Amino acid sequence: MITVKFSASLRDLTGDDKEIEVEAPTVRKLISLLDERYPGIGDRLSEATSVAINGEILPDALYEAIPDGAEVHFLATIAGG
Amino acid sequence: MSRTHVNCEINGDHVDFLSESGASLLNALRDDVGLMGVKEGCGTGDCGACSILMDDRVTCACLIFAPEAEGRTIVTIEGLAAADELHPLQQCFLEGAALQCGVCTPGFLLAAKALLDNNPTPTETEVRYALAGNLCRCTGYDKIIRAVLEAADILAANAATNGDAK
Amino acid sequence: MTMTEEPTGAPSYKWVGSRSVRPDGLDKVTGKAQFGADLKLPNMLEGAVTRSPHAHAKIISIDTTAAEAMAGVHAVVTAADLPDLAEAGAKTDDIFMSEKILARSKVLWEGHPVAAVAATSREIARAAAAAIVVEYEPLPHVLTVTEALADGAPVLHESMMTRGVDPAPETASNAASRAVHERGDLDKGFADADVVLEREYTTKPVHQGYIEPHACVADAGQDGRANLFVSSQGHFSMRAMTATTLGWDPSQLNVTPAEIGGGFGGKTTIYLEPLAVRLSTKAGRPVRLVMGRDEVFKATGPTSGSHMKIKMGITNDGQITAAQIWMAFEAGAFPGSPVGAAGMTAIACYTVPNFFIEGFDVVCNKPKVAAYRAPGAPIIAYGVESIIDELCLAIDMDPIDVRLKNAAVEGTQASYGPEFPRIGFVETLEAIRDSEHYRSPVPEGYGRGVASGFWFNIGGNSTATVHVNEDGNVNVITGSPDIGGSRASMALFAAEEFGIDVGRVSTKIADTQTIGFNDVTGGSRVTLATGKVVIDCCRTIKQDLRRRAAKTWDCEIDDVEWVEGQAQHASGTETPLSLADLAAKASRTGGPISVTQSDNVRGAGAGFTTQLVDLEIDDETGVCRVARYTTAQDAGKAIHPSYVEGQMQGGVVQGIGWAFNEEYIHRTDGTLDNPSFLDYRIPVASDLPMIETIVVEVPNPNHPYGVRGVGEAGIVPPMAAIGNAIERGTGCRLNDLPMSPIRLLDAINHRH
Repeated sequence: MITVKFSASLRDLTGDDKEIEVEAPTVRKLISLLDERYPGIGDRLSEATSVAINGEILPDALYEAIPDGAEVHFLATIAGG
Repeated sequence: MSRTHVNCEINGDHVDFLSESGASLLNALRDDVGLMGVKEGCGTGDCGACSILMDDRVTCACLIFAPEAEGRTIVTIEGLAAADELHPLQQCFLEGAALQCGVCTPGFLLAAKALLDNNPTPTETEVRYALAGNLCRCTGYDKIIRAVLEAADILAANAATNGDAK
Repeated sequence: MTMTEEPTGAPSYKWVGSRSVRPDGLDKVTGKAQFGADLKLPNMLEGAVTRSPHAHAKIISIDTTAAEAMAGVHAVVTAADLPDLAEAGAKTDDIFMSEKILARSKVLWEGHPVAAVAATSREIARAAAAAIVVEYEPLPHVLTVTEALADGAPVLHESMMTRGVDPAPETASNAASRAVHERGDLDKGFADADVVLEREYTTKPVHQGYIEPHACVADAGQDGRANLFVSSQGHFSMRAMTATTLGWDPSQLNVTPAEIGGGFGGKTTIYLEPLAVRLSTKAGRPVRLVMGRDEVFKATGPTSGSHMKIKMGITNDGQITAAQIWMAFEAGAFPGSPVGAAGMTAIACYTVPNFFIEGFDVVCNKPKVAAYRAPGAPIIAYGVESIIDELCLAIDMDPIDVRLKNAAVEGTQASYGPEFPRIGFVETLEAIRDSEHYRSPVPEGYGRGVASGFWFNIGGNSTATVHVNEDGNVNVITGSPDIGGSRASMALFAAEEFGIDVGRVSTKIADTQTIGFNDVTGGSRVTLATGKVVIDCCRTIKQDLRRRAAKTWDCEIDDVEWVEGQAQHASGTETPLSLADLAAKASRTGGPISVTQSDNVRGAGAGFTTQLVDLEIDDETGVCRVARYTTAQDAGKAIHPSYVEGQMQGGVVQGIGWAFNEEYIHRTDGTLDNPSFLDYRIPVASDLPMIETIVVEVPNPNHPYGVRGVGEAGIVPPMAAIGNAIERGTGCRLNDLPMSPIRLLDAINHRH
């Protein structure tokens, strides 16, 4: 089981859920599962989003494996200057 | 379209070129003489990136009409080093990391040379004010000032041993 | 000065950490280095751009006949010469980028390009650009977020409905999007506080201020391909964006990176490049296109002006209990301000249990903003670090002690979501607290201020090639434009890895045909990410060198070690083989010695900084002299200390300019009043003291040498540090940037 925490920007899709626990071995599967539960979130999470898995921020993480017990956040991708 | 034939000395050589009326010396040096080390940062005399020495005075080439160079002695960055040895200012800039992007560096080196030619033992404040006409956005000036002071020490030591200030 | 945390068993390095002369330095001090405007090709034409004089207007017609008829004019382009990406159903961002390059139906800011010309001389090109007749229907304009968000404000984009608002709006506005960060219970948090303060702040657009204007040379062939020589922060990115705008495949363009005369984020996007290529295809000749300084100010990408409202609560013993932030950032003509990053960085330094942060991206009739060093973070830090200082004064507690009490550490859940790994924020606070500067008394008539800052730093895509020449010298080839001295660090990595003198390593930044893909130079990523692939190349080569030595000695590879630049047989029975020895005989042992590695590098380590300033304040003129400035920043590991210090000092001085003088000043008609270095006043040498640097090293556990990016964080605290010094020196709190002498004098005069 992994824990996904939602930022406030996703609240219009996730309602009162601030976090949920799901089974998902990869980011791709996770997004697909979330989109079933919160329709429309799939597109939102694919746009310029990085994923933090256990604190490590990964841009372009769609195929990334998620270890069991991990904590996952979706973040806006940061551009530098 | 009439052009003016200009004769001058650049980096020790007699050079002549044809200048458009209204062209600046900056444009003439880059486009007609082919010396690309003189940089345009603003074209209006506010940044000092185009600093050259004209008759031993540091000057913004963008503020001089090209025909005004007639009969003058000009030094650009290309004329600072000797054939086989850098000028102490250049060496100190390299060793002191006094440049990052380097686009302001030619202007600073010539302005610093003009300072040290006139005032061989400047204080930090004197260096800062002498170089206040040269903008740098990368370094915050700290390492530039240190490099100029270091070069001043080296030039003074050389002069003491050689009896030759340049 | 360096304060280093040595992990147990940390190696000491021979080259990494030394102050070698950078390999590209000689060309820069002799004027040989080629910047964007320095390339001259045979048959080259000069370009010029026609720009809108209006802040907001419909384009009724564009008549290019007079320009095209001029002797010496070889090409004129308008938006009709670029593909209509809206019609092609392209992504919105690409459509906006294309419209930024050349206006199609509307101009959205003074300076918006409408046409471009290529001619045999600069003078003819400018005359032709001026001879293009554009009929406009001026429209009302908006310049600030307040104007843009007002009821009934003229709308820039008819289809812009604010994203991130629930329920979704049905009428267009100038608010492109809203982003929210939230945690805990705000009401409870403020109820728990002993002191609550509410403040409003405004900032103005400021420009990165690079000394080199944008410049490029495009050389198109009759085969549908073109070469592009351009100074930029990322030639692969320039290639992709230019290609998209032209409707080309990226591989039709070969982009060669010029030396870049400063970027700071402002050269991570395109302005001239598609124009130059399109002019070149039309003219059948190379075209050079260079901006004048006024064009740089009017028509490139400053960073946002802003309006921020911050409310924060603290207990009497210094615990921050709650923070509420509302902010609106100017995006300029198209959406995309750094308000999102501002929301993420706003309180990232601290553990605040209850917060609500709301940020709006707002369009207005000014140039589209571009990245500027830690984009978004310096703006919000001005507000947050100022209000924290006011709270410190209210509870009479030292500003460093308060920050220490609330500091984010390893394991803290960051305000933007994930837990922090090992970070060095506390170490920067302690470095300032223990510094001689901080322990020295504040002189009479001076004010002293402290502030802190954070930036994520990023990793990303990099490719490098390393090869060993027959003489044993090494070439390191990368694709990351060098904006801070990174070539010096790449050389040091190779020297350290191989165990050879750094003078035997040369570096080169290759073009898009020669090296594999690289992300932009920005986000403080190059020493980390490009460094890592360089290190990977060296390590792969070392394995190969051991194999070659084993073949030479006819032994097993496990019997061979690489020590101090040589292959050594474990038994000591063989004469060691140097890099030169092995390279000279490479054909016998498997062919030339060359390796390319690429990676999407992860594991960037966040960077923190704490800064301290003493201002000598003249209360008769409002002029503040920066008497002393100390910055402490966590670099993880300083690969080349001089260039790390240089990044720290450069960021600080940009922040000093931002604090005191720099601002875009617009007239009421929407035109820019100060598009020159005379009136847009950046710091000069006589404004400043030496900038004292304390390089803190808390190694990043995810990098072979512990590197954290250093390029950006330094610009985040200075404005607040200075505002705090002004309050502590005068009792006047300025909440609007810039805190110029005339504004401070006004505040001082109204003090009693």
